[in-house]
Amino acid sequence: MSRTYTGLAVTSADELVFGKCPNPVSCGFDLTIGAGQVFPEVNFTLPAIAISGDTWPRILAHYEEMARNILKRAISLQVPGIVLEFELLPPMTEEPEWGGELTALLHRHLAEAHAKFGLKSALRVTPTDIRDQGKPPALRTGPAWDSLRRCFELCISAGADIVSIESVGGKEVHDPGLLYGDLRSIVFALGCLAPRDTAWLWGQISRMCADSDKKCIPGGDTACGFANTAMQLAHQKMLPEVLASVVRAMSAERSLVAFEHGAIGPSKDCAYEGPVIKAITGCPISMEGKSATCAHFSPLGNIAAAMCDLWSNESVQNVRLLSGNAPEAYTELLSYDCRLMNVALSKGQGALLRDWLTESDQWLNPQAAILSPAATCEIAEAIVGTNGAYERTLCAGRAAVTIIRRAVEEKRLRLSARELQWLDRIDAGLSEMPSDEAELWDEMLQQHEGSFDPSSYGWAQ
Amino acid sequence: MSETSKLYTSILSGNAKDAAAVVQQALKDGCDPMDLVAKDMIPAMDEVGRRFECEEYFVPELLLSGRAMKAALEYVRPLLAARGAKPAGHVVIGTVKGDLHDIGKNLVASMLEGGGFEVHDLGADVAPERFIEAIVSRNPDIIALSALLTVTMPSMRTTIDALKAAGVRDRIKIMVGGAPVTESYAEEIGADAYSDNASAAVALARRLMNTKAVG
Repeated sequence: MSRTYTGLAVTSADELVFGKCPNPVSCGFDLTIGAGQVFPEVNFTLPAIAISGDTWPRILAHYEEMARNILKRAISLQVPGIVLEFELLPPMTEEPEWGGELTALLHRHLAEAHAKFGLKSALRVTPTDIRDQGKPPALRTGPAWDSLRRCFELCISAGADIVSIESVGGKEVHDPGLLYGDLRSIVFALGCLAPRDTAWLWGQISRMCADSDKKCIPGGDTACGFANTAMQLAHQKMLPEVLASVVRAMSAERSLVAFEHGAIGPSKDCAYEGPVIKAITGCPISMEGKSATCAHFSPLGNIAAAMCDLWSNESVQNVRLLSGNAPEAYTELLSYDCRLMNVALSKGQGALLRDWLTESDQWLNPQAAILSPAATCEIAEAIVGTNGAYERTLCAGRAAVTIIRRAVEEKRLRLSARELQWLDRIDAGLSEMPSDEAELWDEMLQQHEGSFDPSSYGWAQ
Repeated sequence: MSETSKLYTSILSGNAKDAAAVVQQALKDGCDPMDLVAKDMIPAMDEVGRRFECEEYFVPELLLSGRAMKAALEYVRPLLAARGAKPAGHVVIGTVKGDLHDIGKNLVASMLEGGGFEVHDLGADVAPERFIEAIVSRNPDIIALSALLTVTMPSMRTTIDALKAAGVRDRIKIMVGGAPVTESYAEEIGADAYSDNASAAVALARRLMNTKAVG
């Protein structure tokens, strides 16, 4: 079953705030997300270790240790609730039984913590999208999809409360598009390919959740492989910041499509387009910012928290720090951030803290400028104000250009000459895009022949 | 402006169509293909690399220039091959087993091609056996290994160990790179060189070729 969003669930920027959303979700062990509190979402992973049958006992020991330490810290800090995210590594998705075994292990720890201490919690499980292994990738059939599907089934059965994925449909065109600054390829990937894959994939995932006898909710997706790739390349001075900003806005539609095909939130932590999703769907979102510095840097450290319902650290390895193991340390860091946000909410000052979080980053980088509550609503309105994923993607991109240009003209945001040149280039490129999606398909089928498989996107030639 | 200056400019500005047209005209006018490569094309790419290092160019400008270089090389290469001229070196590149990331690797491959190297790209998630097979069948000078995750870094060690076990390690130089990789890790696993960015990889590859020549 699918739906199309044609309006905003949160109609005013002032109503977009952390901890609250019109459509909270209940899952796991008595946890309700988006109903008035922010919870930490701790995302943890292995240190440098080869994954094989030989090392499997050591790997199990790492996950036992991480779960034990995270929950010990959470209970000690009296968190009102917590989400643990288990992001599978590729070998754990390729061998689905491994993913299932670790899910069961983590579920057991949460069950014990709930039984013994009343800790409210949920386990998010995110299999790796391994479908991009072939050239061109086969997204709907083949051994990679078979393993991925089996992995979802086993993890749901083993106790996952929320399932997510960082889906990569369209990335095979988007990556070279980014590197060559080829806006037409970028728009094609985000507006034509990715939404088709997201629609199909989330139809599959939602059905698996519905068909299971276990209660597991289809959380949401992320444009990590598109917009965060652009963000990291911009951080390394490889791409313009303005391009990363426009890509971020344009990536919201393909993530929204997950919600049009069954996802109910919380969306994935690395989906920085989450606020746009929240404004349109009213569903809860997970976000990461300064707390993700264990995994990557970003220009969005504070503003990313402004509208979050779960506050995450992206991914931290199980390595020893001076205080203790890193997953335990980051549990504390996230818990204190959430504590502050929840006190602000309880005193009716959530909007004030949100505004401080926003203003501390907003005008220092164009990527932050498009992430404020006001910019979020402007981009969200541009999306729902038109029809079709291609047109929505274009409108989101144009809205981002408008927001950035206005900020420069009002002397709030300063951009270098070469960034401004790129803004003009992007603006011109978006205005030159064909109005007929089919025209773009014809062009891209020629330009990217052999890079992507049209049948993987349900496109009949 | 002379044809050769136009060639330099068209590569610098990333105009592949112009670069191809200009080089064809230059060859028709009797320009020496080796002079075109040595005096115009490689200096243009070196300038592109300098501008990228100085943050005047982003990666798109760099890659578009590389594409223009390649377009011009299409006409020059057969003439050089007929004279027995060789590329700067032969590189086999790949992202190691278990790692699906390929942006950094693709960037390095493109830079190496722009720098006059012949590059064979094995793709991502490459098992050690495929590197061994490539060494045996293609006889490269350099193997370039990429990894973007700390959990796939061990595959670099596994790959190098496999090359040793297969008796092919001493036939090639190994360079490694990727976000989590460090110089000390490169030394630890027995790589010959480490690069922390794509444009430096070309200079590094040239150095490795020099050490191979004297070694």
